[in-house]
Amino acid sequence: MSLELAANDGVIPTEHALAQSPLALRGMTVSYGQTPVVFSVDMTVTEGAMTAIIGPNGAGKSTLLKAALGIVTPLAGQVSVFGRPLASERHRIAYVPQRASVDWDFPTRVIDVVLMGLYRELGLLRRIRGQHRAKAMACLERVGMVDFADRQIGQLSGGQQQRVFLARALAQEADLYLLDEPFAGVDAATEKAIIDVLKSLKQDGKTIVAVHHDLATVADYFDRVFLINTRKIAEGTVAEAFTPENLDRTYGGRLATGQIDQLDLVAV
Amino acid sequence: MSGTEFVPLSLTPLLIGIFSAVACALPGNFLVLRRQALIGDAISHVVLPGIVVAFLVTGVVAAAPMLLGAAAAAVLSVAMIEAIRRLGGIEPGAAMGLTFTTLFAAGVLLLEQSDTSGVHLDVEHALYGNLESLIWLDAIGWQSLVDPSALAELPVELFRVSMALIGVCAFLWVFWRPLVLSTFDEGFARTLGLRTGSVGLALVIVAAVAAVAAFDAVGSIIVIAMFICPPAAARLMTNRLNIQLGWSVVFAVLSAVLGYVFAGFGPLWFGFDNAVSAAGMIATVSGVILGLAALFGPCRKRLGAPAI
Repeated sequence: MSLELAANDGVIPTEHALAQSPLALRGMTVSYGQTPVVFSVDMTVTEGAMTAIIGPNGAGKSTLLKAALGIVTPLAGQVSVFGRPLASERHRIAYVPQRASVDWDFPTRVIDVVLMGLYRELGLLRRIRGQHRAKAMACLERVGMVDFADRQIGQLSGGQQQRVFLARALAQEADLYLLDEPFAGVDAATEKAIIDVLKSLKQDGKTIVAVHHDLATVADYFDRVFLINTRKIAEGTVAEAFTPENLDRTYGGRLATGQIDQLDLVAV
Repeated sequence: MSGTEFVPLSLTPLLIGIFSAVACALPGNFLVLRRQALIGDAISHVVLPGIVVAFLVTGVVAAAPMLLGAAAAAVLSVAMIEAIRRLGGIEPGAAMGLTFTTLFAAGVLLLEQSDTSGVHLDVEHALYGNLESLIWLDAIGWQSLVDPSALAELPVELFRVSMALIGVCAFLWVFWRPLVLSTFDEGFARTLGLRTGSVGLALVIVAAVAAVAAFDAVGSIIVIAMFICPPAAARLMTNRLNIQLGWSVVFAVLSAVLGYVFAGFGPLWFGFDNAVSAAGMIATVSGVILGLAALFGPCRKRLGAPAI
């Protein structure tokens, strides 16, 4: 009976702690055409932690995030955000898409992109006022991009573009931050700036989930890992789940043994 | 030219040309940025079978059923393009090309096979429209603008393109933010809960309404040119979208006015007797403006070409 009630509320029928998770996925299955990209994946994100989603190219990492956010429609599966349906909790989520997913030649300025993060506040017709601009500038300040506010976005380097996307996510003032490859193709200074911002978010009790490629930095940057190759391979703290056996299963033997040995040292 | 000549003979065609050009150029800004500019081409071609079918069904040349037929055909073509694109998994340009050539060919076939020789319904009219004939016979000069009985006799096309223009402006004003968000970053827009599919569909339907209203008055050549040339030229003038829309309006108005004047008087300056088609000249002028913008516009460089 209590299970039924819970289901009617859109809450996943599971124990209390799980239901309160910032992001819980059950049985997520997504396919493009005939091939499943993500197959029956369960995920329970731990509140206040930084989680890396790790897997080879084409393993469904980005697709999993997109399905969790409703950007792509899953074939099957349930999403709950802070124990409630996605639709009612969207305001608590900020999303940083892959940098390459947009056309940076679009005629707009850096400040305008950050103001897009305030859409929920502004709605269709509310005027952009000084307070909104000040908030956007404060977000640019946190990523070190204040001087670029009036630049056209096409004039930025890849790292600067990524910082602008992060500033837009900060403007959303969310509790859960989902980032798709935030470190892909950025310079070292940007990588440092981004990780500093993410760590300060974590200190404020925010939850962070990022698709991540660079296995060498996993142990430095993240608390938890989620290994995926179409199916879920492992989920847990870095010490528990970021193991040579799990990596071997995730990458299907495509990582050289030497690489894994090195990582093992880092992880332990 | 005095008011007694200008107001009845040139004022209304000029206004209709300007309003049609602006009504198509405004949504064209978003269509060009979304790489959907060909949709104007598609819509203006499928309007022909829509009009012919409406004529065959009703048997009369009346504005209401024909506009309805055209609008229905435009919406049908949008659905067809989406279906071909999704089911076939091909790029939108190919789906548009397929749709409009097929439907336009069907329209020509229908027109030839049916008994429409007695009515004013032909391919040429569809292409060039009838701008020069949209005169205001009841006007006797500028004073007619405040004369209710003369105003009542204004060409109905002027009323229709004005309504279309107002509708386009209202749509862009109210849905500006969703349009910008879903055009720039569709994934992010969806995480905000925006229905980006509906936004895109609404944009295309608004463009279709503008195209049908303009098509009726000025023909498909202007419609196709105005969806692409003023917005594309405007993009080369600025790096900000709201300013780009302003430039596109300036270029659309400039094309309409210069095109109309050149068509009426240009040939005479060169010693020819006859004026040329205003619709063709307006489209040509817009192309020349785009060419000049491409050569001399301040923002020609593609800055944000994909970094990878």
